[in-house]
Amino acid sequence: MVGHHHGGSPVSDGPTWADLGRAARAPGHPVVALAGNPNTGKSTLFNALTGLRQHTGNWPGKTVLLAQGVARHRGKSYTIVDLPGTYSLFASSVEESVASDFLCLARPDVTVVVADATCLERNLNLALQVIEVTDKVAVCLNLVDEARRKGCECDATMLEAELGVPVVATVATKGRGLGRLMDTVAGLNSGTITTRPKRVVYDPDVEEALAGIEPLVTRKLPPGAATRWLAVRALCGDMGALELVGDMSALELVDGTGGAVRKVTEGFGLGPAPSWPAARSTTSTAGGKSS
Amino acid sequence: MNPPQSPVTVADRVVASLYRRAESIAAKVIAPRSPAQDLTPVIDRLLTSRLTGFPIMLLTLGAVLWVTVVGANYPSQVLGRLLFDLQGWLSGAMTAAGAPAWLHGVLVSGVYRTLAWVVSVMLPPMAIFFPCFTLLEDLGYLPRVAFNLDAAFKWAGACGKQSLTMSMGFGCNAAGVIACRIIDSPRERLIAILTNNFVICNGRFPTLIALSTVFVSQVVQTTIGAGAAAALVVVGIVLTGIVMTFGVSWLLSRTLLRGVPSFYTLELPPFRWPQVGRVLIRSVIDRTVFVLLRAVAVAAPAGALVWVLGNTVIEGHSVIAHLAGWLGPLGRLMGLDGFVLVAFILGLPANEIVLPILVMSYLGSGMMVEMDSLESLGILLAAHGWSWATALSYMLFSLLHWPCATTLLTVWKETRSSRWTFAAAAIPTAVAVIVCTFVAGLVRLTGNA
Repeated sequence: MVGHHHGGSPVSDGPTWADLGRAARAPGHPVVALAGNPNTGKSTLFNALTGLRQHTGNWPGKTVLLAQGVARHRGKSYTIVDLPGTYSLFASSVEESVASDFLCLARPDVTVVVADATCLERNLNLALQVIEVTDKVAVCLNLVDEARRKGCECDATMLEAELGVPVVATVATKGRGLGRLMDTVAGLNSGTITTRPKRVVYDPDVEEALAGIEPLVTRKLPPGAATRWLAVRALCGDMGALELVGDMSALELVDGTGGAVRKVTEGFGLGPAPSWPAARSTTSTAGGKSS
Repeated sequence: MNPPQSPVTVADRVVASLYRRAESIAAKVIAPRSPAQDLTPVIDRLLTSRLTGFPIMLLTLGAVLWVTVVGANYPSQVLGRLLFDLQGWLSGAMTAAGAPAWLHGVLVSGVYRTLAWVVSVMLPPMAIFFPCFTLLEDLGYLPRVAFNLDAAFKWAGACGKQSLTMSMGFGCNAAGVIACRIIDSPRERLIAILTNNFVICNGRFPTLIALSTVFVSQVVQTTIGAGAAAALVVVGIVLTGIVMTFGVSWLLSRTLLRGVPSFYTLELPPFRWPQVGRVLIRSVIDRTVFVLLRAVAVAAPAGALVWVLGNTVIEGHSVIAHLAGWLGPLGRLMGLDGFVLVAFILGLPANEIVLPILVMSYLGSGMMVEMDSLESLGILLAAHGWSWATALSYMLFSLLHWPCATTLLTVWKETRSSRWTFAAAAIPTAVAVIVCTFVAGLVRLTGNA
């Protein structure tokens, strides 16, 4: 059996994500990824958009593999990819790895974050991570009817201003708001809608470390890859992300940003993050990354 | 993610920054209104409390099975009568066309009769059970079940998500094995794969329902009472399977697959009223028709094969009778007979056809009945020496024995290991032989049956 460590196997197969992105990208078929927490109606939305029959059970974590379908909107076809439901884009489970790697490496043309309006705060956590990864992103505020029944009214306009990306309220089960959602997707894809994501600003020393790591990550990845988020993952000691940039050796990564990283970890009386030395032995696993 | 002795890591601080931001945005964006009464916490307390959680689970299971048993009875009879009337007509047509006896035998007595049996006995319970199950699934009840059973899985050294893969197994064990992908730890995934077979799949449900109906109705006379009693028997069998799952998981995690259970998060989703119409259509088309077509596709050639085996005579006995003779001692040890074991072996492609094969081989050995109802099934089985104890042994063997060929193939695809695929067949078979032998011994000791 394959050994199991956080964020392991899917990333070592890195090139497949890029391949998948390319394969899905039929000419004139923009790729739209649906990301979201489990049980936010993501699969229902996917079915409504694509007309495919995909089983949508009411339990978390059901979609393990990527479902893919075609949506037609105003005479144009879009490839819709239903990512596994995850609470974050750190790669601490297979689902998270799959979702994170798809967004970071396969680079969909547009990403839609499906958020459950009944528990917005937890869903925002993922949305904030996704806007770290890409500019071409919209938030689909789903289940607004249920939220209203439960007594919470979400101000979509204010949310839009806070995140800096378009927010569309929907009720996927009844097909409400889906036209406007696809209009937004089309606009993001063609560039008629531009976003100014308001990204999270981390603690100053963390930002300093990121500034050191990100150029190194950029050097090792194909143009357009989500370098900032991969740098965040690498800084957090995520083995998958380290393997991904492993081509240049983790040693270089530590040397290049040594000061900053040391400050971050030692500021709390800790040594370097425990997974870093291990990464040294797994250099250049991601050799074919730039192909 | 981080060792417990490190109170704050970079990862923690990054996550903290994200959460603070999410919290501040949510605080600005959400305008609380006077909340409508939300019943979810109240219902959840009932469904997951120590006191009421398990009784409600058992009652739900019992109710679904009772509805299935009672509801399936009448349509089963109507379908059976219709299909066997058609058999007479087919027979007549073939004789009129001057078809040779062997062709008539293979096509009508072999293929058609097996098909008719599969359709009339399997279709009604599936058409009732699947929608009920899908409704529970869409309502959001299954994660509550997983929550209730979590402690038991922890005890067995397995992953709590295994209850979700078991739920899938109720539909089809092959689907259940595929669903094991949701379990991250390879060790726990293997445990879930190897034990999925102990959940009764829909290929075996109709058989259990038919047998318990037949043998319970000999004891309980009223229709409603018999239905309830038969449902209770099936609940008992299902629970035995679940107990076996825990037992074997426990054993595996202390022998072949040693380890400590890993943690996981499971969200209890809000209850959502299922879209009943869509559920009905989906479960009828996706599950019922799919499973039925699969059964029919396997049953047709199997019916032909069994007819040939039952009518090829070597040294005065049919091939099936010879096989049954060899397996007889082992069968009787387990409270069964040789014919039953032959049927289970020939039924490897799909569990749905085990009982039809058995009926065919019993019929082939001289007894001719119109097999158009459950009563005639009871008469046929009794004529071959069946008592309630035989039925019990049969049901236990059906519950515990090796998985069908489709499931084994799926296990191989998921594990890519012939060793684990072999284990997936060998472990349940060993359990089945041990349990049935034990139960049959008990029955013999107490002088019942």
